[in-house]
Amino acid sequence: MTSILTCTFKNLPSTSKWALRFSVRSLSCSAQLQTAQATQTKTKKTLAKPNIKNIVVVDGVRIPFLLSGTSYKDLMPHDLARAALTGLLQRTNVPKEVIDYLIFGTVIQEVKTSNVAREAALGAGFSDKTPAHTVTMACISSNQAMTTGVGLIASGQCDVVVAGGVELMSDVPIRHSRKMRKMMLDLNKAKTMGQRLSLISKFRLNFLAPELPAVAEFSTSETMGHSADRLAAAFAVSRTEQDEYALRSHSLAKKAQDEGLLSDIVPFKVPGKDTVTQDNGIRPSSLEQMAKLKPAFIKPYGTVTAANSSFLTDGASAMLIMAEEKALAMGYKPKAYLRDFVYVSQDPKDQLLLGPTYATPKVLEKAGLTMNDIDAFEFHEAFSGQILANFKAMDSDWFAQNCMGRKTKVGKPPLEKFNTWGGSLSLGHPFGATGCRLVITAANRLRRDGGQYGLVAACAAGGQGHAMIVEAYPK
Amino acid sequence: MVASRAIGSLSRFTGSRTLRFPGYFCRSFTRSSALLARTHVNYGVKGDVAVVRINSPNSKVNTLNKELQSEFIEVMNEIWGSDQIRSAVLISSKPGCFIAGADINMLASCKTSQEVAQMSQEGQRMFEKLEKSPKPIVAAISGSCLGGGLELAISCQYRIATKDRKTVLGTPEVLLGILPGAGGTQRLPKMVGVPAAFDMMLTGRNIRADRAKKMGLVDQLVEPLGPGVKPPEERTIEYLEEVAINFAKGLADKKISTKRSKGLVERLTSYAMTIPFIRQQIYKKVEETVQKQTKGLYPAPLKIIDVVKTGIEQGKDAGYLCESQKFGELAMTKESKALMGLYHGQVLCKKNKFGAPQKDVKHVAILGAGLMGAGIAQVSVDKGLKTILKDATLTGLGRGQQQVFKGLNDKVKKKTLTSFERDFIFSNLTGQLNYQGFEKADMVIEAVFEDINLKHKVLKEVEAVIPGHCVFASNTSALPINEIAAASKRPEKVIGMHYFSPVDKMQLLEIITTDKTSKDTTASAVSVGLKQGKVIIVVKDGPGFYTTRCLAPMMSEVLRILQEGVEPKKLDSLTTGFGFPVGAATLVDEVGVDVAKHVAEDLGKAFGERFGGGSLELLKQMVAKGFLGRKSGKGFYIYEEGVKSKNLNSDMDSILAGLQLVPKADVSSDKDIQYRLVTRFVNEAVMCLQEEILATPAEGDIGAVFGLGFPPCLGGPFRFVDLYGAQKVVDRLRKYEAAYGKQFTPCQLLIDHATSHKKFYH
Repeated sequence: MTSILTCTFKNLPSTSKWALRFSVRSLSCSAQLQTAQATQTKTKKTLAKPNIKNIVVVDGVRIPFLLSGTSYKDLMPHDLARAALTGLLQRTNVPKEVIDYLIFGTVIQEVKTSNVAREAALGAGFSDKTPAHTVTMACISSNQAMTTGVGLIASGQCDVVVAGGVELMSDVPIRHSRKMRKMMLDLNKAKTMGQRLSLISKFRLNFLAPELPAVAEFSTSETMGHSADRLAAAFAVSRTEQDEYALRSHSLAKKAQDEGLLSDIVPFKVPGKDTVTQDNGIRPSSLEQMAKLKPAFIKPYGTVTAANSSFLTDGASAMLIMAEEKALAMGYKPKAYLRDFVYVSQDPKDQLLLGPTYATPKVLEKAGLTMNDIDAFEFHEAFSGQILANFKAMDSDWFAQNCMGRKTKVGKPPLEKFNTWGGSLSLGHPFGATGCRLVITAANRLRRDGGQYGLVAACAAGGQGHAMIVEAYPK
Repeated sequence: MVASRAIGSLSRFTGSRTLRFPGYFCRSFTRSSALLARTHVNYGVKGDVAVVRINSPNSKVNTLNKELQSEFIEVMNEIWGSDQIRSAVLISSKPGCFIAGADINMLASCKTSQEVAQMSQEGQRMFEKLEKSPKPIVAAISGSCLGGGLELAISCQYRIATKDRKTVLGTPEVLLGILPGAGGTQRLPKMVGVPAAFDMMLTGRNIRADRAKKMGLVDQLVEPLGPGVKPPEERTIEYLEEVAINFAKGLADKKISTKRSKGLVERLTSYAMTIPFIRQQIYKKVEETVQKQTKGLYPAPLKIIDVVKTGIEQGKDAGYLCESQKFGELAMTKESKALMGLYHGQVLCKKNKFGAPQKDVKHVAILGAGLMGAGIAQVSVDKGLKTILKDATLTGLGRGQQQVFKGLNDKVKKKTLTSFERDFIFSNLTGQLNYQGFEKADMVIEAVFEDINLKHKVLKEVEAVIPGHCVFASNTSALPINEIAAASKRPEKVIGMHYFSPVDKMQLLEIITTDKTSKDTTASAVSVGLKQGKVIIVVKDGPGFYTTRCLAPMMSEVLRILQEGVEPKKLDSLTTGFGFPVGAATLVDEVGVDVAKHVAEDLGKAFGERFGGGSLELLKQMVAKGFLGRKSGKGFYIYEEGVKSKNLNSDMDSILAGLQLVPKADVSSDKDIQYRLVTRFVNEAVMCLQEEILATPAEGDIGAVFGLGFPPCLGGPFRFVDLYGAQKVVDRLRKYEAAYGKQFTPCQLLIDHATSHKKFYH
């Protein structure tokens, strides 16, 4: 009885007249009903949907996230991915041959291993009969890898998928200039010595200027940090607020690290170097120290600094996703269900980093949940200013009505449930690998702290965003 | 000074009395009225920074007029007098406009140059006080900062500008035939260096914020913000204010220096400028260029050079004095009156007096991807109109698409667009060979070949596929619109939209309405034209409408003059010497000899002998030989790819020899040749007003200057008659009438004006 009642309560859209009527009624009703409401947090309905397969995360791992240019600097991206895959195999003991498919996300592609998923899988000793592909969607690349896997399982094409992500910022492909490339390619085709000489005679010194991978948004020619600074200004987020938030992230990450909560980490014995066992970017500082830094993008008066931004990171993550019945048949005790998810996109100029604001109400509506139902928020922290701007946007009726075409705001996530084990600002942000970290952290937090629903959200270059509901697997 | 303030407050009171009557009295009882009575300038104090807000009431822009000035002085005096305030920020409350310049009506009301000079001196004194302010003043610039607005800004100690498209800085005074008269000619060279200052003041060009930063015209940039918890424009101004306040504090605390670190090139130039010989060379060079470009027809640029020179060579005081005197002199010149008239006319022709159309035009279809069609497509797509470009052949279409792309890509090369923006804009264009998608079109503009049967054919084809509300506009330069509309099922939806080539460069759009054209159709056409960035005149239908009709008699005279043995090069220099931007013979080549012939034939039929003069045979023979002008590579001149200097087409000699006329000595002096051309033009223009083809003289002036290159220094045919004197124009016409007959008979309206001394502009 109570469960039915709570169910109906949940399914009512909170803004409709129905909800209003319900609350009015509940006031006049018997005490039984009120207890039902009170206990609601403990016995939430599950988000299982009829005729749709339940998809579970068996487990997920990551190698320690390191500042770029440190221990991983001599490796290649597929080496990191391999380490994550090997770690996953050890952690889950899954027989390699049951894996139907592998998907990895990455952003800056190493040209030699453009399908890094396949190279890493082969190198990690997976069956050469397991196909693999690589996806890219900026900072939500591994989210895309996961949801692609979810799609493959839901549509009945696969039962067991490994999804992951990798990024190696210590080494990026730096190219010759277009003019130089053109000359080199033409030289290749030149047949006679005369042709070659005439081509070489066209060489100019400026041909040698190298071309770096784009840091700026292609459509707007604006770097992300610059956009973040403007975003913070648009929402009137002060420098102090940003520094305080960054400090919180580092402090919480440090605490989680010290308490051993970051259990998704698998140690990585780097060839020729010591075994890396923990993230090295967690550095709680003081507000005074942070206040000394100069703005990094909008000079000299901007608010985004090196200390309140996520840093360039090397790392990889991987997770094992299965159809629920397959996992149970194999004797696994899964960690979480992967439930509804959405992708959103908006103006890449002025709202580049507001993906979470757009995605959150959408995914909640889809799942029939409200902000109050969420026990663990796990958001990607690109910049302090970005997180705080998203908070303000989520808490603004004006923004909801004028920019999102919604009637009311969705509300700001309560800080006590928000990124309590640190975030990208402190743990690091290997672009392609962060998504899996968010999901597995949400699952681990739900398991440890109790609670049923986790909300994962992230922004990405191109003005895109993603959100997903993670539901704890019943213990 | 005191007097002006008193007058200022008086006029303020009378001006606003009716509006504020009840509130004014109640309030004045309770508080001191000085603060509350301010309507243009107000200030608040944040910490120890005064934020001075400029906001002209009932206007989209802030203009420096008497009231604003006197209130500003009051406010500044309070700020200087206050112990609590250590610095100030100057900001506009209007998004998109800091100060658009001084009120030019202020100049118009002055009767003598002394009066104007005195006004200039008042401005100089005010800005000098700002410059010497003991408390640092930061100008926070968002939107246009032009003329007097810029002079104000450069008197401040520090400038911060919003880096958006609306924020432009410049000294457009030269375009009005005057000079920056409030210390600008003295401060600008010191701030940005002499060469850059000359460039700004002599061209009047607008400088965008990022460029201004590089030049040293502004000290900091603020990026425009997107939406936050309030509208972006509002928050951006707020942010600009916050940033400016921080800098003001920093300046007051001496934590920030107003000195700018100069680059190597800049340091070298400023060093070079300390050598008198180099300075002289620069003055000489600039003067030469100006002489060459203005042909001595515009006095303002030369005086600007003079004033700058005086300031640098003889010191500040001499500079200021010279500036105010020359400013006074210039304001009284015919040229500045003409240019200011054009400015007013342009403002008028940028408005839609027909109101908003019932349906906003979003989808446009253009028939014919030729030079015109593609040009129209280009100005449509970059304003976000979904545009279909239709042609009959794939090669024709491809050429048109390439023209649009090239037009956009040139902007990328000039860095006014990014390559992404180019692609995005280009995606508004659909090229096709059929009528697919025309069912969504709100307006069809045809730019097919000038042949009435072809126009009828496409009109019928189009009307079979377009929705009921869709407007059919014809881009024709001579075919009467009612003749085209005769084939239409719905003549109320047919209108003429006469664009000028090259469409992306020429500002004018002539809209032609027939008796049957509905008002909403006109409103629709005007709104599209305005969206395309055009200056619009709306005229009645008739052979040649207004522009072509005025041009035709002048062209006929051109032919006669050539037949009389004047060399094309000589003729060109005579016409450019009179102020036409393009020489008359070159103009024929540019328009196209075949087009000229076509028009001359049509209008000759319609107007008879009055449009005679030169022999049509000349054009016919040229067409027969394939000398079609620039497009065929040969006309009066020879055009070759990559060759800049123009050479005469020697094959023309035989044609001209065959048609030679004997010049009449008493009307063939250089001056007479110039006036023969101009008076025929002017006479025809006045006749258009007489016949109500034109609604107003202002539109006639705008059409002539922006569409046909009538000398801007003369202000257009009607302004020319006013300034030159109607009687003198009639006298000239009578003189030529005696020599050539009817073609020079002055029209009745012109005669009326001559006898009654009436003016077209009051």
